Amino acid sequence: MLKGHQSWIFNSKPVILSSAAVGGPFEAQGPLGSDFDLLHEDIWLGQDSYEKAEKKFLEQACEIAIQKANLKKEDIQFFISGDLMNQIISSSFAARTIGAPYLGIFGACSSSMEGLAIASLLIASKSAEYVVSATSSHNASAEKQFRYPTEYGSQKPPTAQWTVTGAGAALLAQEGDGPRVTSATIGRVIDMGISDPFNMGSAMAPAAVDTIEAHFRDFNISPDYYDVIATGDLGKIGHRIAGDLLAEHGLKIPREILTDCGILIYKKEQPVIAGGSGCACSATVTYGHFLNRMRKGELKRILIIATGALLSPLSYQQKESIPCIAHAVSIEM
Amino acid sequence: MSSKKNKKLTPVQQKYQSFAKAREPKPSVLRNCMRAFVSGGAICTFGQFLQWVFMTYFDFNEITAGNPTVAVLIIISVLLTGFGAYDHIAQWAGAGTIIPVTGFANTVASASIEHRSEGFVLGVGGNMFKLAGSVIAYGVFSAFVVAIIKITIQSLGGI
Repeated sequence: MLKGHQSWIFNSKPVILSSAAVGGPFEAQGPLGSDFDLLHEDIWLGQDSYEKAEKKFLEQACEIAIQKANLKKEDIQFFISGDLMNQIISSSFAARTIGAPYLGIFGACSSSMEGLAIASLLIASKSAEYVVSATSSHNASAEKQFRYPTEYGSQKPPTAQWTVTGAGAALLAQEGDGPRVTSATIGRVIDMGISDPFNMGSAMAPAAVDTIEAHFRDFNISPDYYDVIATGDLGKIGHRIAGDLLAEHGLKIPREILTDCGILIYKKEQPVIAGGSGCACSATVTYGHFLNRMRKGELKRILIIATGALLSPLSYQQKESIPCIAHAVSIEM
Repeated sequence: MSSKKNKKLTPVQQKYQSFAKAREPKPSVLRNCMRAFVSGGAICTFGQFLQWVFMTYFDFNEITAGNPTVAVLIIISVLLTGFGAYDHIAQWAGAGTIIPVTGFANTVASASIEHRSEGFVLGVGGNMFKLAGSVIAYGVFSAFVVAIIKITIQSLGGI
């Protein structure tokens, strides 16, 4: 049901029956390593290309989520997925394996919450019994497509971020036990004219701020309603900018509530420069870490704002600025 | 907001960009220059050492020793690229490892390795010079322009 300008409220509260997070070796070394369901030592996963490895990550996340809910692939009515690869091949190829009716989406790194919002809408409108929403990213395949070859020796600036290798999946149902999706706010495309692909945090921060403000305006609640408000992958720099920008706009979010998945996923000592990024950043942290904490009773209400930079390798070479988007989903226990 | 050459940022965008700039860490130019000096200098000193080895222990003179010296440097940097060490060294060294011939070898090798999954023809062959191509194109063109200038000055009775 529409609420305010750009939000949906799900009165039936779709349940996240199960969720899964799969990660690579770098994620395993991070502080959230124990929240992953499966960790791989090899970023190739025994495949002969990074793209195939990414697809494998996504398939595994979906399989684990389905298995955890004691369901079979055939029970899944719709599969919603998105990723960063050209023509979202990881998602479509994983959908070929899963065999469920499939909706491919692209919201860059915001795909995780875009997928979760659409899946919740399908469940809330009684259009489906079981829906899987998933997303993936792979450090090497993203570097290959968007930047330089992985072994190329260029020095990255202090604003650069590290794409998370992994995949996250959530299985939603009409009824059952687990965290429930209560509302979602769909973001607008915001472009502040930043065109440096090594500075995604600054480019995406205004989009996150816009969506957060829209969310609190539409629902007329205050930030302390939530135990955690986490942006997707702003990294250290974008997180600081977003916090300051929100304060400047008069929306004060306590420091201990506002956090960022891109900061949480890696340790300070890991050479990730400004933090994590990629579709799998918000997906693995939300579907692994945050949902685990909710199930343990440590968190009651969380708001995840997945941020995405809607650029293509061509658009930035043609000196276009980077349009950004953010989608917020609120999950309550 | 499209990318016309005379692109103008709106006042809101300009305000945001200076807001963001104030919160972004700046790359340390001095530190990067020092590191580039040390690492680039080390590579060049090592090259000088190789040249001395070729001149002392092999049958090369100061001019002909250049080729085997460069070949050894290229082989080393290609191996370091293949073993996944070069990019880590370069993150520290910056321009120090890009400017010497080792950087050129790294661009070719890294692109070849990266696109091996697309096969030898469309992958390795087609992408090998993806990054190095512009260096070759403009390098050859610059050499051509410099040569023309030199010939013109010589024919005018210059040096």
